[in-house]
Amino acid sequence: MEQEVQEFTITAYTENHVGLLHRLTIIFTKRKINIESLTTSESETEGIHRFTIAVTETEEQVKKVVKQIEKQVEVLKADYYTKKEVVQQELALYKISTKSLTNGLEVERIVREHNARFLTIEKHFVVIEKSGFRRETIALFNELKPFGINEFVRSGRIAVSRERYGIGRDVEKILTEATMV
Amino acid sequence: MGTVEAPELTSQPKTVDTIRMTGAEALVQILLKENVDTAFGYPGGAIMPVYDALYDHQDSIHHVLARHEQGAIHMAQGYARTSGKVGVCLATSGPGATNLITGIADAQIDSTPLVCITGQVNSSLLGSDAFQECDVLGISMPVTKWNFQITRAEEIPEALAKAFYLAKTGRPGPVVIDITKDAQFEEFDYKYEKCTSLRSYKPKPKLDHAKIEEAAELINNAERPYVLFGQGVILANAEKEFKQFIEKTGIPSAWTIMGLSALETDHPLNVGMLGMHGNYGPNLLTNECDVLIAVGMRFDDRVTGNLSKYAKQAKVIHLEIDPAEIDKNVPADVAVLGDAKESLSELIKLVKPKSYEEWLQRFRDCDEKEWEKVIKDELHPESNILSMGEVIRIVNDITNDDHILVTDVGQHQMVACRYSKFTRPKSNITSGGLGTMGFGLPAGIGAALGAPDRTVIVVVGDGGFQMTMQELATIYQTKVKVKVLLLNNEFLGMVRQWQQLFFEKRYSSTELINPDFQLLAKGFYIPTKKVTERENLEKAIAEFINYDGAYFLEVMVGKENNVFPMVPSGSGVAEIRLE
Repeated sequence: MEQEVQEFTITAYTENHVGLLHRLTIIFTKRKINIESLTTSESETEGIHRFTIAVTETEEQVKKVVKQIEKQVEVLKADYYTKKEVVQQELALYKISTKSLTNGLEVERIVREHNARFLTIEKHFVVIEKSGFRRETIALFNELKPFGINEFVRSGRIAVSRERYGIGRDVEKILTEATMV
Repeated sequence: MGTVEAPELTSQPKTVDTIRMTGAEALVQILLKENVDTAFGYPGGAIMPVYDALYDHQDSIHHVLARHEQGAIHMAQGYARTSGKVGVCLATSGPGATNLITGIADAQIDSTPLVCITGQVNSSLLGSDAFQECDVLGISMPVTKWNFQITRAEEIPEALAKAFYLAKTGRPGPVVIDITKDAQFEEFDYKYEKCTSLRSYKPKPKLDHAKIEEAAELINNAERPYVLFGQGVILANAEKEFKQFIEKTGIPSAWTIMGLSALETDHPLNVGMLGMHGNYGPNLLTNECDVLIAVGMRFDDRVTGNLSKYAKQAKVIHLEIDPAEIDKNVPADVAVLGDAKESLSELIKLVKPKSYEEWLQRFRDCDEKEWEKVIKDELHPESNILSMGEVIRIVNDITNDDHILVTDVGQHQMVACRYSKFTRPKSNITSGGLGTMGFGLPAGIGAALGAPDRTVIVVVGDGGFQMTMQELATIYQTKVKVKVLLLNNEFLGMVRQWQQLFFEKRYSSTELINPDFQLLAKGFYIPTKKVTERENLEKAIAEFINYDGAYFLEVMVGKENNVFPMVPSGSGVAEIRLE
């Protein structure tokens, strides 16, 4: 049963321990799955960490990977979402030369039209910030390109589920049960 | 809490229930608290403080000195598998730790509970490429259930408590604890509490009664049900429940190599071995059953052959403790998550007493065919050349099927597992998932120490034996009553068989020009004998088994014998070949 590959976001709620990141990425390496982006942060629950992992894979493979993630001793809960099931964003920073601003209003117009903003304006360079979907940060990149981009960086995908509560609810239940033992 | 032997106090303890001691001493105290009476290992610079602490506890902890760390860990595996306890293994940093890795990977894939304690360079030197420094945490992560690095003595109790708890609960597995040398030397206020739960870890999924009911319904309405059982039955100590279940339902049952000995060989419902070199009926009829009930097994590719031709007609019920195994290889129509003992106990209540005489007869018919084509000649060869099978047949006769069989990997392993007979569980120790050559001899030493009242027979080939044969020295030093049976065909037999069948007999690097194994065994002061003629075989085997102590028996067997039946790689189970 060959399945189509598509974009998935995997979310895992975990303990915040040294080495867990490695333990989770190994699961992907073992199956030769490329991690497109990986973000770790706190979650809504104190002391609980959260991994957001973006991959393009078949659903069958993603299901298996999520089970392997959840099998890890320090993982409380893991799940996966299709593109439609999450609200997602990425953050991009663009560094361009300050001279580009002094040669007319073009850059300012682009920044305004893209709902981006200037983070800082220094003597030799300015930094523009844009959050949005991948295609939006790319669109801005392409428009700024003629002015010369000195440095560019984009964050990993962060995403929350399109449900009233995500798996964080399950995590809280696990934690409550654990304190009752 | 039990009593703690108080070491010399160097300062006042902080509270009444703690005792001031070094990290190394604490580690040994913890081993005692966890009822460890046997440990396997090899000393070296970074683990010396622990070895020094062990010196004071030689009466309570028997440290078995291996001749290579790989030997030590396979011993710990054999010990864990026969004793049902956690195997403990000690090694130094760097090469000591990396030499453990093969055994750790073996234990991970075969779900063997181990706690491996490795020394590490001083915490101040971490990351400086110090002498014998190696990133043991990183290197062992893909092959451990859990691992942890200790850099301060005060971390020792909690980390070790978790290690023992995680190794043995749920689906068992190996845990590595890496301890820097300074943490071993450091003094702290010791107090130990066993770990009984972790908030992020669920050892046993909660039984879902709806699933039990669904499974029972399928089983009760089946016409040709078929049970496959694996090591999950043994790990859950569910042999009794398993037997009750199949006896009540009357369902023919076949075993994976890891499930061997969970059910006695001669049980009328034991239809034999699954997999690439398993029995004919169990493979063929996998594709004719209507309900397939997998108990504590993981549908390894050696069992299933080509998945696209595997049991497509059957409804699959999967009883399994590890949720990640469900739908991994074979999709389950009904997944019963839980410990096999608990799941089977509940299932027994709901299944109806039945028998499937006609269906069972199909297996017997297949057996007859296999007997004629394969088994008869393997167990009673007509040629003068000795076969591996006849050696195993005589071993069964002399031990009354009551020995522990430990095998290495290859042709002898398949033959020994196919033809050995068992009356008691936890009697078959082999490297199933990883197929680690060199496993047999050291695992046999551990197996014997884990079951001192039983006869342990290690069957090895001439290839695998030479990978860890230095452990004969451990046998001599430790006085373990291990029987080593070398089936010598002067070839890497299984690879040669494949070269014959699939690579046009191009025997690339499979012929072994061997040393004199008799002289070798003599060099290790182990009584030894070599058999080349059939007329001497039975007497030699009887002497080998009845001798009170370790013994080395070498039998020269057919150089180019093949193991059949065989499901060729990439074929479906129903395409099993008898010749």
